[in-house]
Amino acid sequence: MDKLIVSPAPHVHSGDSVRRNMLLVIAALMPAYAVSIAAFGWGTLITTSISVAACVACEWVLAKFVLKQQSTIGDLSAVLTGLLLAFNLPSNLPWWIVLIGAIVAIGVGKMSFGGLGQNIFNPALVGRVFLLISFPAQMTTWPLPQGFDGSYIDAATGATPLAAMKEVVKGNASAVSKLPDLWDAFVGLVGGSFGEVCAAALIFGGLLLICTRVITWHIPVSILATAALFAAVTGWCGVLPAGFGTGEYVLMTLCTGGMLLGAFFMATDYVTSPMSPWGKIVFGIGIGLIVMVIRTWGSYPEGMSFAILIMNACVPLLNKIRPKRFGEKKK
Amino acid sequence: MNIVLISLLVLGATGLLAAVLLFVIARQFRVEEDPRIDEVAEALPGANCGGCGFAGCRALAEACVKAETLDGLLCPVGGAVTMEKVATILGKEAVAAEPMVAVVRCNGTCEARPRTSEFDGSRSCKIMHACYVGETACPFGCLGCGDCVAACQFGAISMNPETGLPEVDDEKCTSCGKCVKACPRHIIELRKKGPKSRRIVVMCVNKDKGAPARKACLSACIGCGKCQKECNFDAITVENNLAYIDWQKCRLCRKCEAACPTGAIHAINFPPRKPAEPAEAEPKKEEEQA
Amino acid sequence: MNTFRIGGVHPQDNKVYSANKAIIDCPLPKQAIIPLVQHIGAPAVPIVEKGDKVRAGQLIAKAGGFVSANVHSPFSGTITKIDSFVDGWGARVPAIFIDVEGDLWLDDIDTTPALVRSGIIEPKEIIDRVTAAGIVGLGGACFPTHVKLMPPPGKKAEVLIVNGVECEPYLTCDHQLMLEHGEEIIVGIQLLMRALDIKQAIIGIEKNKPDAIAYMQKLASRVLGVSVKPLNLKYPQGGEKQLIDACIGRQVPSGALPIEVGAVVDNVATIYAVYEAVLKRKPLIERVITVTGKHVAKPGNYRVRFGTPLSDVVALAGGVPEDTGKIIGGGPMMGRAMNSIDMPANKRVSGLLFMPEEESRRTAPDNCIRCAKCVDACPMGLEPYLLARQAELEMWDGMEAHNIMDCIECGCCTFTCPSHRPLLDYVRLGKATVGGILRARNAK
Repeated sequence: MDKLIVSPAPHVHSGDSVRRNMLLVIAALMPAYAVSIAAFGWGTLITTSISVAACVACEWVLAKFVLKQQSTIGDLSAVLTGLLLAFNLPSNLPWWIVLIGAIVAIGVGKMSFGGLGQNIFNPALVGRVFLLISFPAQMTTWPLPQGFDGSYIDAATGATPLAAMKEVVKGNASAVSKLPDLWDAFVGLVGGSFGEVCAAALIFGGLLLICTRVITWHIPVSILATAALFAAVTGWCGVLPAGFGTGEYVLMTLCTGGMLLGAFFMATDYVTSPMSPWGKIVFGIGIGLIVMVIRTWGSYPEGMSFAILIMNACVPLLNKIRPKRFGEKKK
Repeated sequence: MNIVLISLLVLGATGLLAAVLLFVIARQFRVEEDPRIDEVAEALPGANCGGCGFAGCRALAEACVKAETLDGLLCPVGGAVTMEKVATILGKEAVAAEPMVAVVRCNGTCEARPRTSEFDGSRSCKIMHACYVGETACPFGCLGCGDCVAACQFGAISMNPETGLPEVDDEKCTSCGKCVKACPRHIIELRKKGPKSRRIVVMCVNKDKGAPARKACLSACIGCGKCQKECNFDAITVENNLAYIDWQKCRLCRKCEAACPTGAIHAINFPPRKPAEPAEAEPKKEEEQA
Repeated sequence: MNTFRIGGVHPQDNKVYSANKAIIDCPLPKQAIIPLVQHIGAPAVPIVEKGDKVRAGQLIAKAGGFVSANVHSPFSGTITKIDSFVDGWGARVPAIFIDVEGDLWLDDIDTTPALVRSGIIEPKEIIDRVTAAGIVGLGGACFPTHVKLMPPPGKKAEVLIVNGVECEPYLTCDHQLMLEHGEEIIVGIQLLMRALDIKQAIIGIEKNKPDAIAYMQKLASRVLGVSVKPLNLKYPQGGEKQLIDACIGRQVPSGALPIEVGAVVDNVATIYAVYEAVLKRKPLIERVITVTGKHVAKPGNYRVRFGTPLSDVVALAGGVPEDTGKIIGGGPMMGRAMNSIDMPANKRVSGLLFMPEEESRRTAPDNCIRCAKCVDACPMGLEPYLLARQAELEMWDGMEAHNIMDCIECGCCTFTCPSHRPLLDYVRLGKATVGGILRARNAK
């Protein structure tokens, strides 16, 4: 101690860090990942490693040689982007498509805006939607869950529950039989992008994030509530075929497709979601509505990515909604 | 064939309609403006630095056109040359203005002013000044975080890592005054550039009494008033234990510089003195004092 | 509801070092420096001259205005000079220098520890004695207490809220004062209730002080209208507005004083000083301060007369620890880092905290990741991320529109930021600048 250190208050810190938050999100994704590995086998591991490695490498190269700023790969945000991107892909996607997706996600979705904290759109979803539009065939043939039995590329594929759901909402009674059992959808024995299939694990991970205060409840709850309400209203309007109840339809809506993954892990991305509690709720309602509109009337079976990206664009506007101030009188 | 024709017609008609609309609107809502404003703005440097006291170059141009004479209107960046051009455009008489330069009035180098603590907050002079006396014991001197460097649009100020003080490049300085506003301690002042850039300045703003000022910084002005007695032109005033040289009265005789016991008075850009380097002579005088 | 409703954080309280350490009297120094600015408002004006003999408790400087406070001599001795000194933060403060000789008090002051319960005292007399004794809020802000006791016309206080929260980590002086002088505090509360003509008083204490809660509850049960409210731990519960919200569920509107919702808030140490001033005629010349830190040899609570060099108190606590990197006057959330302890104790310093060097430095900031944790943590419902950015860009109008002046500078935003951004540095800069702009506008 030769010279005392001085700085303005406060002199203590919570110990929270970007890295800790990213690590917790990654940890919360792990239960769902374990189920995916069991369900889809090698494909999941291959896709994930390519995606994560490409995201990290891309960020490092761009930060070092193009933006010439301090590399941020240590905070694990690129790892998380890679993981989330992989979660949104079918497990049998050729490796070079995954690579392109990862480069677009980090290069276009994140670093072109200036890096961590500057991007407008969720990078993983930018990558995913880019692939969806560029390679529609590969991106929409989902393998069926078959564990490590099937080979990586030539896995048996099948329609996801969402395609059947669209038929069901149109009143097509024969499509009901194509729907999976509700329990299967809950535990993950259905086809789909590999990270989104197991509802139980995703809910567990999401609750973990809320309990550790990494995210607040506002966004996931408002998305899921809006989607559920939308589904219920559709059900009450009587479009569902006989033998398929409104309750069943609501649960099926929540458990299938990217609904839970999106609500808990994608829409809650810090950088691209609003700041104030009410802003978050409006953001969630917007996502819930758009996703249901796309699912019900759109040409794509799933709309979570589009819904989140559209609402991402609204975030600067939603940030005008201010938190309730202390002592503010209700008007 | 029919389809091609129809689309051509539709598109053509739309284009024509839009063109007519644009033309009418442009006519209807045209803002009448003195064309000379554009000309004057063209002649100005276009840095929009605000040194003239207006919001930007265009605002100055408007003011020049409106004003009766160009008195008091000066682009410090372009200087006399630019104002001459402006005067020619407007057919008015250019008013000669003294070329000015920014002067950092602190010479508390790392050696003269030892660091007493380490500031670990945001590296910004404004923040350091708002919450703390600074890393040295001098509550008036330069904080050394470089707010002025960041404020300068012309790259004229740079930090000298050896002294820890900002230095102004006379050639690049346009005397726009941005740094004067940026300095929370009001250390930087615009002064007459002087013939051959020669000027004499009290490089200190410490208003403490002699003893504490000296304790904080070896080269502080201690308000002893010797320079004031030495000056034949009434250019020096001592107020609040601090000497100030009025640059409008100073005749650059350098007597005060020699008289200063702490070396707070600097003669800038003068040739070195014949008998001895002033920098070496000062400490000796100081010892005699003590 | 046992806490305030908006925001807040949970710093580690670290009170274990000095908690339940009995208050120790600091010995008298040989020379003392009595600052003339120990409060918010105008400096006090000295009424003694060099060479005068003074006795302990004697008035030596008069309040320089309504919002100002008298200064009394804590010692008997000779005035050696009236000059200024540089305090631990580098500011030059006018002060009276005294050579201490013996310990001779003014005759009408009762210096015995005996508890005085009453005396028929009119409300006016209570306020007069508080004013004369130079009492200021000892919770940190140092706002003159007599100003609070004279509500503006048309406003009526309904409830006295007693601040026994001590939400700053490390500090334990108020806690210990409640344990040792609970009875006096209760009498002080009754005095203030009479002065303000109110029937209800609530003592707010956080639940990390169960012994203080139990003891004060026992004492309060004997007095009509006084109750204890145990509060859940959350910083900054000791903030005036937050405490009112936590105790009676009313929120003071932006820019208003607590009296707007019928509340008057006083700290337990202040109330103890009121008791001493009114019933024992002893002016405010000493306070309890906590000297603490992870590596301090004898952390504890010390009763120090103002003017005693802080280094004396530190010596009593075992000296400055070897590995000290930062010395904080006050608690770690709102206290100010000092560059020297070569200064006298005064009404403002509630504690001295020695931080080991490895905990003294900030972590380098990262980009803002827009996680909104600062928004969730702000107890005033502001948007610190936005205010800090606006201050960086010097958008003062925008800051004003976003209610910068509501900021209480509690530090929750910087504390919670995962990117370690110095949010409060910039917010504070903005608040000072906007405050200046507003004052200039009002002066027009």
